[in-house]
Amino acid sequence: MPEPVAVSTPGGALLVWALMFPAAGALFALALGGRHAERVVLALMPVGLGLAVAIAARVLRADAALVYVVGGWAPPLGIALRADGLSAAMMITTAVVICATGLFARAEFQTPQGLPEARAPLAFWALLLGLWGALNAVLVGDDLFNLFVALELLTFAAVPLVCLDGRADTLAAALRYLLFALLGSALYLLGAALLFGAYGTLDIVLLSDRVRAEPAAWTAGTLITVGLLAKSALFPLHLWLPPAHAGAPAPASAVLSALVVKGAFILIVRLWFDVMPGLLTNAAAQVLAALGAAAIVFGSVLALRQARLKMLVAYSTVAQIGYLFLMFPLAAGSAGPASLGAWTGGLLQAISHACAKAAMFMAAGLIAQALGHDRIAGLGGIARALPVTVFAFGLGGLSLMGLPPSGGFVAKWLLLSAAIDTGQWWWALVIVAGGLLTGAYLFRVLTPALTGGEAFLPPPAPVARSREAVVLALALISMLLGLLPLASFGLVQVGRADMGVTP
Amino acid sequence: MTIAVTIAWAFDALLAATVLAVALWTIVTRETFAAVVGFVAFGLLVALVWVRLAAPDVAMVEAAIGGGVTGVLLLGAAARLRGVEAATAAEWPGKTLRLVTGALCAAVAAALAATMLLLPDPAPTLAPEAAANLASTGVGNPITGVLMAFRGLDTLLEKVVLVLALIGVWSLAQDSQWGGLPGPQRQAQPDQSLVFLARLLPPVGIVIGVYLLWTGADEPGGAFQGGALLAAMWLLAMMAGLAAPPPVGSRRLRLVLVAGPAVFVAIGLAGFALADAFLAYPQAYAKPLIIVIEIALMLSIAATLALLVAGPPERMPPR
Amino acid sequence: MSETTLFGLGASALVGLGLYGFVIHPEPLRKLLAFNLLVSGVFLLFGVIARRGAAVGMGGDPIPQALVITGIVVAFAGSALAVGLLLRLGQKTGRATLRDVPSPPGDGTTS
Repeated sequence: MPEPVAVSTPGGALLVWALMFPAAGALFALALGGRHAERVVLALMPVGLGLAVAIAARVLRADAALVYVVGGWAPPLGIALRADGLSAAMMITTAVVICATGLFARAEFQTPQGLPEARAPLAFWALLLGLWGALNAVLVGDDLFNLFVALELLTFAAVPLVCLDGRADTLAAALRYLLFALLGSALYLLGAALLFGAYGTLDIVLLSDRVRAEPAAWTAGTLITVGLLAKSALFPLHLWLPPAHAGAPAPASAVLSALVVKGAFILIVRLWFDVMPGLLTNAAAQVLAALGAAAIVFGSVLALRQARLKMLVAYSTVAQIGYLFLMFPLAAGSAGPASLGAWTGGLLQAISHACAKAAMFMAAGLIAQALGHDRIAGLGGIARALPVTVFAFGLGGLSLMGLPPSGGFVAKWLLLSAAIDTGQWWWALVIVAGGLLTGAYLFRVLTPALTGGEAFLPPPAPVARSREAVVLALALISMLLGLLPLASFGLVQVGRADMGVTP
Repeated sequence: MTIAVTIAWAFDALLAATVLAVALWTIVTRETFAAVVGFVAFGLLVALVWVRLAAPDVAMVEAAIGGGVTGVLLLGAAARLRGVEAATAAEWPGKTLRLVTGALCAAVAAALAATMLLLPDPAPTLAPEAAANLASTGVGNPITGVLMAFRGLDTLLEKVVLVLALIGVWSLAQDSQWGGLPGPQRQAQPDQSLVFLARLLPPVGIVIGVYLLWTGADEPGGAFQGGALLAAMWLLAMMAGLAAPPPVGSRRLRLVLVAGPAVFVAIGLAGFALADAFLAYPQAYAKPLIIVIEIALMLSIAATLALLVAGPPERMPPR
Repeated sequence: MSETTLFGLGASALVGLGLYGFVIHPEPLRKLLAFNLLVSGVFLLFGVIARRGAAVGMGGDPIPQALVITGIVVAFAGSALAVGLLLRLGQKTGRATLRDVPSPPGDGTTS
């Protein structure tokens, strides 16, 4: 059977624009400098959102992936870009979260009057655009080396955001993050080298055609997976995440937890479902999910023990990432309709967690700004001072917990059904236990916040209404995702021709 | 086997053994500064290995960037960290942990070696396809063809990576030093031999760098090699105090930094109109366009590499 | 043993060495050195694969060689960022390691 040759589909050029607008924007932001950097970002936000929606619409209408062959050179010689349903859905999520972050961060990263340029604002806006470009590149890349460069772009954009405030502990957290990320990249590249040596290409579509079940493929797959696990902070390689995400400024934490860690996870999914379909043995899938389960338990228990709100939310990220890895044993293999449900559930978890976690970090940021600290012990009665913020925080948390009609609920429901349908009831137990633990640490924050009595001395600083509105909007999105009819989740299923077919 | 082949093999074996020995020494030696010096030697030896692997372009980049610029970066770091308290004995992992780690790493290396030995023979290769399509790019050096044409998107993204890394390094400055000059205060009297070198080498280096760019179209060379050499010359001049580092707020500097990727993006997007695809070159103008991009890239790479070594701004320019 | 096998084994050993050094050393600068050794090993592996792909008069497959050039530049950028962080951390804490960095002030932080 002849090999598939990549051909640009109509609308494929949109993928190029999705990469170029943030890249060009970052260059403009640096060159123009000063307060123009912020204006460039604000001007590009509707562009990015529009592009993501346009790509999703095209993918849905064509019920097939969009492909673009860069430079007219088809793989294996050249590079192709490819956006299937997973890419399109995550691109929309990325655009929404980054737009919300940009709007939220305006108050915090404004160039002060009288100065032509300031350090933190310029760095934040330029790095935010770089981050957006990197995420899009990770989502539409179809070549393993191109994805390596995109991952490096993602890391170099994310790390300086962690230590933007210049404190010693955030510098240490950023350095630890960078070291973990560099190690992950090296292992990823090693695996890619083996794949090239064995099959003569790094294009994902061509590789899926050429890969066989042999030692080279397994070694490469293991190396790439371990490298990406370090970047997605799965237990036990999660140590870098809590100090990094908690130490960053609130808008940066939002983007880091919501989107950056998902980038590496999406690539692991691409590896085992697109590059090497059928090579994921059941044992390996169970190991991945076991690590995920450990992440859920450890992350939630450690979240319960935190003294600071932002650290609690960061450990919650460690826990919620564990749910994503339950997808592997449930969606891999020819499990029929159950695998399609698990696939949808896993991605819905990623999407709804992104919106909910971003909202929670932003809310924590507003609370810290109002009170001057984020100690959980000192949060009593904050709901009277910041009702909208605490409500948004609660909504986000309830979505993480899995309360209907949130996206989190639908995701966990789909994963639960898949677990029971495939007879892997132990994962169902893990999902239920995770929900209970999430509720525990959520209520540890909400109970004093809602019911505490003392007055605050000094009185809490005022918080801009527009910022609260952004946070609330994000939380509502994650809460109401479950109200979308199940058919609209068909977007994430485009490109999954091998699933949902009973053998 | 003929004598020549035997000698070549013996040389390769000696080279490989020396590389591993230097690498091992870099890992186990106690003193950090010595380890960095060992690493610079390692980089130059690895460049020799690349020559033996019939990859002169890569050898040049490894020598210039992998050994040279990275070496300067790490030497500077080791020197500046000398006054800082080193790791205490308590922070070192215990004997058992070291043994376990050693065993695991040996296992990884063994698995790699085994996989590599089992790679298919004849090896799958893209050389014939590259050779067949090289003519339409107008350049004669297949590596340049790959970097600029076939896999131009990689090069473009990599340029954006460099710019972002520089923004990240600059963001480490203190708020009060923003817009200032990178690098620590130079001593009043830099070493005379350094000043002598810095007067002698840069003109030669610049000529060679430009030559490397020009010849890279058809022979080994290119924008990266030329840019790295230019960066090294600029760093030399800055270290000797003959050239002042530019303030990071300077508009002109920023334009030079973004010129490379910006030109690349612009010509790439123009490809939509001129050649039916992003990053495609119209047949008639392929080589001139690639040269234009490479010139802009070389300048940006030179500036970015040098500034990445110089570090975040640490002092304000004298009034 | 052909030259590609020889250098391939050398590259594998280099990867193992770099990995060991990265995990063992407590000081970030030594970890960074080990990381550079590790990626050098990975690039050499690409180079061996390129050499094995020599054909039509070329000494080696140009694609992996170009990938290595890109990779060397990206690895340098990573090293530069790490050195910047390390030097700044050294300035602030007076120590060269990541342990015992003072935790944030007891009343938490704003933002």
